[in-house]
Amino acid sequence: MTDIADLIMLTVILLNFFILGSSRLGACVRAVALQGAILSCLAPLLHGLAPHALFLAASAFLLKGLVIPWLLFRAIKKVQIKRKIEPRISYVASLMLGALVTGSAFIFGDRLPLITEHVHSLVIPTAMTTLAMGFLILITRTKAITQVLGYLIFENGIFLFGILLSETMPAMVEAGVLLDMLVAIFIMGIVMNHINREFSSINTEELCLLRE
Amino acid sequence: MMLIYTVILLPVVSAFVAALLPNDRLRSYLVPTTAIPHLALVIYVLSHRPPVTADGMFGLDALGALILLLVSVIFAANSIYALGYFKCHVNWSNRTFVICLLLFLAAMSMATAARHLGLLWVAVEATTLVSAPLIYYNRSRFSIEATWKYLLLCSVGIALAMLGILFVAYAGLHGSGHAHITMGHLLASASTYSKPWLRAGFVFLLVGFGTKMGLAPLHTWKPDAYGEAPGIVGGLLAGGLTSVAFLAILRAVQIMEAAGEQQLCRQALLGMGITSLLFAAIFVIQQKDIKRMLAYSSVEHMGILVIGVAVGGLAAYGAMFHVVNNALTKSALFLSAGNIHRYYGSKRRCEIHGALHALPFSAAVFLLGFLAITGSPPFGPFLSEFSILRGIFNGGHFYLGATFIFLLVIIFIGMGGTVLPVTLGPTFDEVDSPYFRETVLTVISPALLLAVVLLLGLCLPAPLHEMFTQAAALVEINR
Repeated sequence: MTDIADLIMLTVILLNFFILGSSRLGACVRAVALQGAILSCLAPLLHGLAPHALFLAASAFLLKGLVIPWLLFRAIKKVQIKRKIEPRISYVASLMLGALVTGSAFIFGDRLPLITEHVHSLVIPTAMTTLAMGFLILITRTKAITQVLGYLIFENGIFLFGILLSETMPAMVEAGVLLDMLVAIFIMGIVMNHINREFSSINTEELCLLRE
Repeated sequence: MMLIYTVILLPVVSAFVAALLPNDRLRSYLVPTTAIPHLALVIYVLSHRPPVTADGMFGLDALGALILLLVSVIFAANSIYALGYFKCHVNWSNRTFVICLLLFLAAMSMATAARHLGLLWVAVEATTLVSAPLIYYNRSRFSIEATWKYLLLCSVGIALAMLGILFVAYAGLHGSGHAHITMGHLLASASTYSKPWLRAGFVFLLVGFGTKMGLAPLHTWKPDAYGEAPGIVGGLLAGGLTSVAFLAILRAVQIMEAAGEQQLCRQALLGMGITSLLFAAIFVIQQKDIKRMLAYSSVEHMGILVIGVAVGGLAAYGAMFHVVNNALTKSALFLSAGNIHRYYGSKRRCEIHGALHALPFSAAVFLLGFLAITGSPPFGPFLSEFSILRGIFNGGHFYLGATFIFLLVIIFIGMGGTVLPVTLGPTFDEVDSPYFRETVLTVISPALLLAVVLLLGLCLPAPLHEMFTQAAALVEINR
């Protein structure tokens, strides 16, 4: 079981790098969706086939793997976003930063005071890597949609950490968290549409009217 | 037991009705007809003191009760103003606006009653989501920019708070083998939780909910969102939402105290509080925009609140009193600023003069509200700020007290430099706005709110005093 879990962790990290280095928007959306989808399979792998874990896996899979990517593709189509990503720093620099961040996350994860079951697990370092990658993408990409992708990767990192602790969250709360996320992406899609209408672009560098 | 749920469900049901109603005019009446029964219901619930639900998820302690009452009062006052507001925009569909307003009330009520950290998170995130469309109601370039910044910054901030909650849960797993995160369980057993994880959790909770509350340096969305939102939304955000976010931070403080980790709490809150005062003092001077000025004033008062909690004792009591004063006054200020904005078609200082001639009631509320919020007697904020200050000096924090007074004076002068020319002096002759006249509906809410602030300053009712004392005891840091 843990072999499959480790394989999932490695795929998640590789997908992080793929998103960092890819210049095509569609591929990035698909990669984020895939990341969410395989992460959602992790709960039953770690906690066994309990109803709670299955519920979490099913709803997360539906949301992260299917509904949210569909919403994003709809937004891309509606806004007619150019399918090229325009990063603030070059792809090579992003990848280098990504490698640095991943390395630090693993070293840091090794020194954390963890409970014995988690000491050699890949889950916590991967979660931290994914969190940091999400931030990196939020900061270094200029388009509104890529910022949303960064936010989603960040959420994936939190979700990964949350799987370890799924017993603390009753199903009602988990459903609430996922629902909030869905509504967030839905509203972000609408706002993106309006940004495009007002500014004829969704480049957030043009959002600079309000400043001191 | 069911009482707590009704407080949350009443506005949700109304939101459904609002979605189904075909008529804009009818729908606008739904806001006060929900808000006023909600207030009555809240008062009834609070007088009955319902116990915590069996699963430990919902319950109203003194803190939650205080904020719930405050939110409901603010919303009821704003709902009357909303009627006048919709009359000014008869051609705009208000369906989304009304639905979001009602859901906003539901989400805030849920946050005050939540006893489970995950549930609290869900409610606070929901407030972000339903208030984003409210900010964008004016449909301009500026408001879309403000909405985007608000949505993204608050969502990322609140995601960090979720990480903080998970860290707290992990602290439980590491320390005692159980990771329960209902408040009842946390307060009873936080001392057995793993300290490093708990500290990390607190920092993330502070950053996350601090973004929502608008503590400097995490306040950058605030001037934009408050500046571009309609006055009524500004009033609800600055009065209701920030108080709810403050409550979320107080929950984190309660946990840290139960774990015996007051030191970190105190330092972090003091640091952010002073930074907030400093940022507010810098940006409020020569502020060209009256609504942005109010936003920086809000940053200032968030700073005052966390300083009060960090100092503890009498200052914590002052902070509980000040939440109420700040929320009521800020709401009155935003509503009157909204009227001034609509009359002049501008919220820039250089384009508004002598508003007292043109809009005698709104401008009077704006001017008196300015005096109240900067801590002039005999208004409520004077008493609460004075309590905080006395707490600071009683605790022997002389330098903190001196800095506090100095920054408050700077902010007073800075705000005065904007508010006085806007309200006093001769008005422009050529301005004769055909769009806006003061009516009872647009003036009564800010006037009533300010009257309450004045009354609180003149004589504090015993039940409220009792409530503040109990709430302050819950967050007492010098244990």
